[in-house]
Amino acid sequence: NPYAGLVSHLRASWLSRKTQPVKFRMAQLEALGHFLDERKQEILEAIAADLGKPPFEAELSEILVCKNELHETLNNLSRWMKDEQVDLSLATRLDSAFVRKEPYGVVLLMAPWNYPIHLILVPLIGAIAAGNCVLIKPSEISKNTERLVAEVLSSYLDKDCFAVVTGGVQETTRLLENKFDYIFFTGSPSVGRVVMTAAAKHLTPVTLELGGKNPCYVSDTCDVHNVARRVVWGRFFNAGQTCIAPDYLLCTLEMQEKLMPALREAITEFFGPNPQESPDFGRIVDDKQFRRVRALLCSGRVAIGGQTDEAERYIAPTVLVDVQPSDPVMQEEIFGPILPIVVVANMDEAIDFINARERPLVIYAFSSSDKVVNQVLERTSSGGFCGNDTLMQVMLTSLPFGGIGNSGLGMYHGKFSFDTFSHHRGCMKRGMGREPLNAPRYPPYTQQKFGIVRATSQVTRKDDCTLL
Amino acid sequence: MERMQQVVGRARAAFNTGRSRPLEFRIQQLKALERMVQEREKEILAALKADLHKGEPNAYSHEILGVLGELALVKEKLPSWAAPQHVKKNLMTLRDEAYINYEPLGVVLVIGAWNYPFVLVMQPLIGAIAAGNAVVVKPSEVSENTAKMIADLLPQYLDRELYPVVTGGVPETTELLTQRFDHILYTGNSAVGKIVMAAAAKHLTPVTLELGGKSPCYIDKDCDLAVACRRIAWGKYMNCGQTCIAPDYILCDPSIQGQVVENIKATLQEFYGEDVKSSPDYERIINKRHFKRILGLLEGQKIAHGGETDEASCFIAPTILTDVSPESKVMEEEIFGPVLPIVTVKSVEEAIELINSREKPLALYVFSNNKQLIKRVISETSSGGVTGNDVIMHFFLSTLPFGGVGHSGMGAYHGKHSFETFSHRRSCLIKDLKMEGTNKMRYPPGSQKKVDL
Repeated sequence: NPYAGLVSHLRASWLSRKTQPVKFRMAQLEALGHFLDERKQEILEAIAADLGKPPFEAELSEILVCKNELHETLNNLSRWMKDEQVDLSLATRLDSAFVRKEPYGVVLLMAPWNYPIHLILVPLIGAIAAGNCVLIKPSEISKNTERLVAEVLSSYLDKDCFAVVTGGVQETTRLLENKFDYIFFTGSPSVGRVVMTAAAKHLTPVTLELGGKNPCYVSDTCDVHNVARRVVWGRFFNAGQTCIAPDYLLCTLEMQEKLMPALREAITEFFGPNPQESPDFGRIVDDKQFRRVRALLCSGRVAIGGQTDEAERYIAPTVLVDVQPSDPVMQEEIFGPILPIVVVANMDEAIDFINARERPLVIYAFSSSDKVVNQVLERTSSGGFCGNDTLMQVMLTSLPFGGIGNSGLGMYHGKFSFDTFSHHRGCMKRGMGREPLNAPRYPPYTQQKFGIVRATSQVTRKDDCTLL
Repeated sequence: MERMQQVVGRARAAFNTGRSRPLEFRIQQLKALERMVQEREKEILAALKADLHKGEPNAYSHEILGVLGELALVKEKLPSWAAPQHVKKNLMTLRDEAYINYEPLGVVLVIGAWNYPFVLVMQPLIGAIAAGNAVVVKPSEVSENTAKMIADLLPQYLDRELYPVVTGGVPETTELLTQRFDHILYTGNSAVGKIVMAAAAKHLTPVTLELGGKSPCYIDKDCDLAVACRRIAWGKYMNCGQTCIAPDYILCDPSIQGQVVENIKATLQEFYGEDVKSSPDYERIINKRHFKRILGLLEGQKIAHGGETDEASCFIAPTILTDVSPESKVMEEEIFGPVLPIVTVKSVEEAIELINSREKPLALYVFSNNKQLIKRVISETSSGGVTGNDVIMHFFLSTLPFGGVGHSGMGAYHGKHSFETFSHRRSCLIKDLKMEGTNKMRYPPGSQKKVDL
């Protein structure tokens, strides 16, 4: 077991209670802030090399978001760490009862390649804040960021408590043989299953941030231009390689006719007449993904875009029409700059279409009618929901971020990260005195004793009157 | 075995109709459960007596009282728990609606245990119904009378399609676990816990595992020994030691070991009289297999008190072992029986080290007049939950989350924690389709100017 030594070392550091004091945790978090500030150029360059991500997108999605989480956590950590007092019952009213937030121990953090800094740093912030030691496993697919994390990020953090492991599928499989106290995984549902199965062997709790096909319903009553811009922005951000991107559109034929010119206009407005020349449009991460996404283009008919350039791993911002549910593009999460439109007769059909499929990470609904937006919300299930926009729901640290069913289990962001990486330990402290008050619970049992037990420990309805 | 697929399929179809979601429906079902517990009390108590030789007062206070309390709490609080929770917004979302919507997960599987066979099925069931789910209930086949009683009674009071009861042993449970659920709550041992989680992993089903372990009980020299020992004896020997949060073993200084034994002996006399076997308040071991298992733990041990057994009635007297070695068999597995080993330690440091060298337990107990010492033991160890200067009691406060950590489990429930465990917290952000001006900042073409803003 090649990683046993490393895991033991981290566990020993945790047992030494080095990560307990709030000062230590704050110092490590501040160090992460320094990493983001001091090495910003290198971060942006690594991400550009890996994904061709436009600097604006990288700054927003990889630096700004992390700094927000960092500040939110630094501002609130002392408060979050405090024991949480809970309401007492009549029988325990002289006691003290509280919930302690404690670290799990050694956390394994597995990150994907599409937002390679964000998807390490944001969970890492939570794991550190909660007092854990962390083993970071960046994705080998985003090679440049992997190297940056292994060589540079690690130098900012305490060497006894935090480590980075690099490698591919084989290394990850060996890594998962070890016992961790928590595993946080972001990636595909199929690998999610592998991770959870490995975790089951050690009874390790997990959070799995997975994916799926995020539907985007556009109703007949809406401002077509605003919808087009918001959808185009969300779909083509990071060349479509976003777990919360709108994956496919659902609308009536009528709306499709109206949307098409608006979509075309938005794409041109954003990326110019030749998106390949725009500095604001990304690239596919590697050849394997490029070929996979390119193959999805033979679904329906290309209405906008469709051009590809293998040398650059460029796929143009593309809109597909005449798409059938059985087409390849509708069989898997696209994770690329292709937006298929599936025509439905009305909102009910759209809702049925969504509900016949695995629950996605997010559902989008566009309508100028509140009623329509609420109908879609209430009659479907998904990790999260955003009405009349895309991607923005994850910018609020006060909203939990996570999936349901095939799109994942658990959640994080803001305080939810801290809570995810903490064991909530229920504690009660009693006094040694007042022993006669305990007498009713001891054998030998009598009806009278029992009456007292009942009266002092039950929870009654507010309106009930219990005399005698 | 198609039966499992049918039962679960029916529950899912029933859930998909949406009828378990309205609050009125949920409360109506919970009220029906309440009526069941009140109207059929005799049958419930009779089943518990047949399975565990549990006397009525004990059965009522451990299994029925808690259930009625939980029902009352949920009926009162459900509307506030289920209401959307609005969250703090930032400058960008000031004009939007941002909230967390509590939604049912779908079809929940509750697998009960045999030691508190009624409450360990009912409490999770209450939480799952409250959260709007369909629930498949699988009581433990080991407590067969209670399993039969639950299978008979539940369908008489609850919606039969939404809340089916499935009975059977290992083969049936294995088949059940191949079906897809949206959450599984399992109470039992760690070995089976791993199997449940592995089965859940195939469907990416979240799990709550309420497992066990050896819950240590540290007695400081500075404490009222008579009081401490009475409380410990109560928690240890209730249900004949078959309690997941029973103090499993004692850690104390060798100088007080003798006093601890004497105090517990005196308490046992108080509780059960001269002849424990004839006390109506002392239970029996659930079956011969466990009886033999516990008997085996006594081999080679110094029995300071008790040790009498009667296989025919699965009776094992309240037993205390002294000078037990941490390497002995009785210190390897969770005892789950009326055998209390005392392991001597020279200091609280040694106690903490011993506790930390083992798997994280479900509960941890520490007795001391010294508040700093209690604080220290808590902060330098890890466990599911803690009670200081008493045992068991943290279980009865529903505002505390009840669950394990590490080998003793994952997730938690009771009270509001049940509702949250069985709900999906869906983030909702509702924006205006107008106000496009503010969005223009984020659209390409990007430029350094925009970024610097």
